[in-house]
Amino acid sequence: MNDLKRLFALLGKYRKDFFIAMLFVAIETSLELFIPVMIADLIDYGVMTKDIGYMTVKGLQMILCALLALTTGILYARFAARAAYGWGAEIRKAEYRKLQSYSFSDIDRFETSSLVTRLTSDATVMQNAISSGLRPLVRSPMLLILGVILSFTMNAELALIFIVLAPILGIVLFLIISRVAPLYSLCQKAIDRVNESVEENLRAIRTVKAFVREEYAEDLFDSANDNLRYLGMKTNSIAVLNMPAFLIIMYTAIILIMWFGGEKMISFQLEVGELTGFLSYVMQVLNSLMLISNVFMLLTRSLASAHRIVEVLESAPSLEESENPLEEVKDGSIEFRNVFFRYSSKAKEYTLSDISFSIEAGETVGILGGTGSGKSSLVQLIPRLYDVSSGAVVVGGSDVRDYSLSSLRRSVGIVLQKNMLFSGTIRDNMKWGNKEASDDEIWNVLKIAAADDFVRSFPGTLDYNLGQGGVNVSGGQKQRLSIARTLLSKPKIIIFDDSTSAVDTDTERRIREGLMGIKECTKIFIAERISSVASADKVIVLADGHIESIGRPDEMMEKSRIYREIYEAQLKGGYDVSQ
Amino acid sequence: MSRNKFSSNGPKNLKYTVKHLLGYLGREKYSFIAGGLLVLLYASCDLLGTYMIKPVVNGILDGGGLSTLFQGVMFTACLYVIGVIASFGYSQIIARSAQKVVYDIRHDLFCHMETLPLSFFDTHRYGDVMSVYTNDVDTISDAMNNSFSTVIKSFIQITGTLLLIIILNWRLSFLMAIAYVGMFIYVRFSGKRSKKYYTERQAKLGELDGYIQEMVAGQKVIKVFCHENENINDFEERNEALRKAGTAAQTYAATMVPAVASISYFNYALVAFIGGLMAVMGWTDPGSLASYLIFVREAIGPINSFTQQTSFLLSALAGAERIFSVLDEESETDEGNVILEKSKENGWNWKKADGSTVPLRGEVKFENVVFSYKKSHPVLKNISLYAHPGQMIAFVGSTGAGKTTITNLINRFYDVDTGSVLFDGIDVRDIKKADLRHSLAMVLQDTHLFTGTIRDNIRFGKLDATDDEIMEAAITANADSFIRRLPNGYDTMITNDGTELSHGQRQLLAIARAAVADPPVIILDEATSSIDTRTEDLIEKGMNKLMKGRTVFVIAHRLSTVHNADAIMVLEHGKITERGSHDELMRQKGLYYKLYMGMTGLSD
Repeated sequence: MNDLKRLFALLGKYRKDFFIAMLFVAIETSLELFIPVMIADLIDYGVMTKDIGYMTVKGLQMILCALLALTTGILYARFAARAAYGWGAEIRKAEYRKLQSYSFSDIDRFETSSLVTRLTSDATVMQNAISSGLRPLVRSPMLLILGVILSFTMNAELALIFIVLAPILGIVLFLIISRVAPLYSLCQKAIDRVNESVEENLRAIRTVKAFVREEYAEDLFDSANDNLRYLGMKTNSIAVLNMPAFLIIMYTAIILIMWFGGEKMISFQLEVGELTGFLSYVMQVLNSLMLISNVFMLLTRSLASAHRIVEVLESAPSLEESENPLEEVKDGSIEFRNVFFRYSSKAKEYTLSDISFSIEAGETVGILGGTGSGKSSLVQLIPRLYDVSSGAVVVGGSDVRDYSLSSLRRSVGIVLQKNMLFSGTIRDNMKWGNKEASDDEIWNVLKIAAADDFVRSFPGTLDYNLGQGGVNVSGGQKQRLSIARTLLSKPKIIIFDDSTSAVDTDTERRIREGLMGIKECTKIFIAERISSVASADKVIVLADGHIESIGRPDEMMEKSRIYREIYEAQLKGGYDVSQ
Repeated sequence: MSRNKFSSNGPKNLKYTVKHLLGYLGREKYSFIAGGLLVLLYASCDLLGTYMIKPVVNGILDGGGLSTLFQGVMFTACLYVIGVIASFGYSQIIARSAQKVVYDIRHDLFCHMETLPLSFFDTHRYGDVMSVYTNDVDTISDAMNNSFSTVIKSFIQITGTLLLIIILNWRLSFLMAIAYVGMFIYVRFSGKRSKKYYTERQAKLGELDGYIQEMVAGQKVIKVFCHENENINDFEERNEALRKAGTAAQTYAATMVPAVASISYFNYALVAFIGGLMAVMGWTDPGSLASYLIFVREAIGPINSFTQQTSFLLSALAGAERIFSVLDEESETDEGNVILEKSKENGWNWKKADGSTVPLRGEVKFENVVFSYKKSHPVLKNISLYAHPGQMIAFVGSTGAGKTTITNLINRFYDVDTGSVLFDGIDVRDIKKADLRHSLAMVLQDTHLFTGTIRDNIRFGKLDATDDEIMEAAITANADSFIRRLPNGYDTMITNDGTELSHGQRQLLAIARAAVADPPVIILDEATSSIDTRTEDLIEKGMNKLMKGRTVFVIAHRLSTVHNADAIMVLEHGKITERGSHDELMRQKGLYYKLYMGMTGLSD
């Protein structure tokens, strides 16, 4: 419920629409309530006294009520729709803005698919809760209260029946809901498991088929599916109990009223019109209790979504900006001082331990090391994508934590291993690096990244549309475009995290040579090939999160066992080591 | 590649869909019949019970005493007791059967999906298929849980009420009928109008969802470029567009309920007035009028819920149609009758249709193979090649030259257009598909892991592998050392496709998975692209042991991986342009030589 309150606060300027919509439902409902009163009048006075004039007046009043109800109903629809969709939009907006403030580790913690669900379907669930829940939420309590009051004024003795029966129904419905609510969240988890299983199979269908594991996958799916069926049955068979429970109470009320009302009629204490009017109130009151319980069911189901949204909104960003941040990175020098790093405080081992080294501005540095040695983790600390666990990373003479994130990241460009291009033209994508870049500047960086040739071959060249996630270019082309995009932002430090893995040796050499032309910039390459680091000023070799050795390329054969092993492995391969 | 979307927006082939769906309900035939009958019984009791008010009231007005009242009330009470029991019965029966039906649909959908050929997965987006499981199955489930009984009940109540109304007072009923027709026309009309708004809203929703999906996936890139503010602006533009379209659609849809209600009230007022006049004229008695008016009022509820439920039912049918369009996709065909057997004593053996057995050798031959994904765009043009048992064959070439396609034909992910692929001289189309694939292990560039432990993921290659076999395979793949360093070693849970592992580590697991399968033929498709050369060197040592006596196909970007292959095929534009051993190709001084010497690059 706290989650709902938190989300309700997001209504903002649509709060007005929300309350106006409630007001109109209230008016519409009260108009409807007067109709049975008028009917009773019409029959008991009009018909009994054969006063046609009186009947006409009452008839016209009823029609007026119906027309007014129509008007307010339409107005309600308008404001409720504004409130519902406004709320949905505000929730998504708040989530998206929050997401933009997330650090890398926050993004790691939520998975991509789960973030997408929280931004899309969960927000829709909340939106639908208003569009289908608001009307009954206002109507039902009103019908309940007014129905009770009116029936009391009509006949207080008969109305006593309510006093006994309505609370009983309320308690029964409450019991049902409180049993069902926790089951709904279990069901949601079961649904997630089923979906997960389907998604996994869709992604890995080649693996499944290659190993002929269709049946195995089916068994796994069926166990998730079975679990969902079991929970679904359990939940629904309790949830549907509200129907017979409701009927028992309503029927009892009707029977009692027929009996006592009939008795009163025999002793001439009650009119026919009164009895029928009264009966319709009974149904109204009990029906409204039923509707209230339905609204609660709806709310319990949306609570899970609300909770997931609030998780996104309330997650405290794990990177804090300094209070008086430095806005200018002086130069491209880098220093690591006794850096220890692990991705989460729960991890047993440090990913990086006791890393210290320094790089002068303008130097070219190669980083080598085996799979899982911590190369990517190390470079991601430089633009402060993650914070060190202890020690310090110093860029341009100041701790990275003293800069504002935007000025630091504008000065430290990184081409990520898992890079992405976005829908839009090549020019649009390039401009991520620099909004004001001219076409000449773009062509210039494309040339350095050895991407100019293929871009020129595309229809429309810079206007070529890359498609969602850049599907219209190959892996190697994507990598080269990503490099060009980063170059365009003219950073003081540029980091290549294995950014040319899908590019062949020759093209890679061309790119490297092009980059050498940018003298003033510090360049860091994570590389697999000795040839890639041969012309560097410095080589750092990592092993299991430690620095194994560090030095000039020509010293490394002497100094580093791992460097020697890589050299030998690649010598007998097709690498031209001399380059 | 063309992306097919499943049809949406209202059921198109209604008859077929309903028939198919009834087939599913038919599996729970007795439950649904019993449920339906109980709904019928409940609705009739409910209706009759209310009807009883008339004779009771009239009985009193006619001077009947307490005993008449007592009889009437007792009779009504009996009806109501039956009604309650029936409603309990049907709600329990339907709640259970609905879950069973949805379970069956989900089960069939998944099992059928697993049999579909790869071309299905290559031409449909994951999101579209996922949406069938999530949205479409859900609407059916909701419809069965809520709409099934409500529609029957409302239908009975409406017709029953109408019938009773006609019996009670046919003149007034004529008036009622006019109002019903008015409502019906309104609902039809507004349904048509609202479709325009809904389409608009769906389009905007799709746009926003697509944007969110793309940008959340690229969130890290956004951070690296400090592009947050620009993204917020782009997002808000789309978000606002959806809000506007959604508000318009919802405003329109939400007027329906009050409009129908108002028509009923208008009608109610009119009937009351005219009925009153009739009573004054003596054409009817006040008791009848009172009970008549209750019926008129009673009819409002079922009519409202009927309108609401029919729209739910229609969207459920649209969902069912999408489900059936997946179920109607053609399965992979398997006309093969040659069986592969593995025995402890003498390894793998072919068992032909005539019962004769031949030991498997692992020879693969392509004869004049032509293949195209899309008609008239051949990817492979007349490929012939021959892999002797135990040879290592490597493919080198640009992206799109057809390297992966060749391997897709060996294990029949796709079938050749013309020509043939022969495995030990047997056309692969004659071999039982499952056996064929069992005999080939594939390690792909994009490694996918499943939710489960590391051990489970390696065991995927051989379900009955012992823990020792798994560890051995991991050692061969050089994955053992990193696995041991994980918090729970081999029992570490993998979730979300193993994003917690590096790409290289995932490839090592995939290699271990292939190693544990112990097949006669291995296909490595860029299997070591994300593994550093030093580790690759270590794997190679293990792999050499593994490759001994097996036929191996290797696709690789790095020439270091392929230089010791028995034969290297250079592919360009779907044709083999050079072939031979490393030394032979170096002597030819063709493309391979140039690539090896770093004189040229492969275009992507």
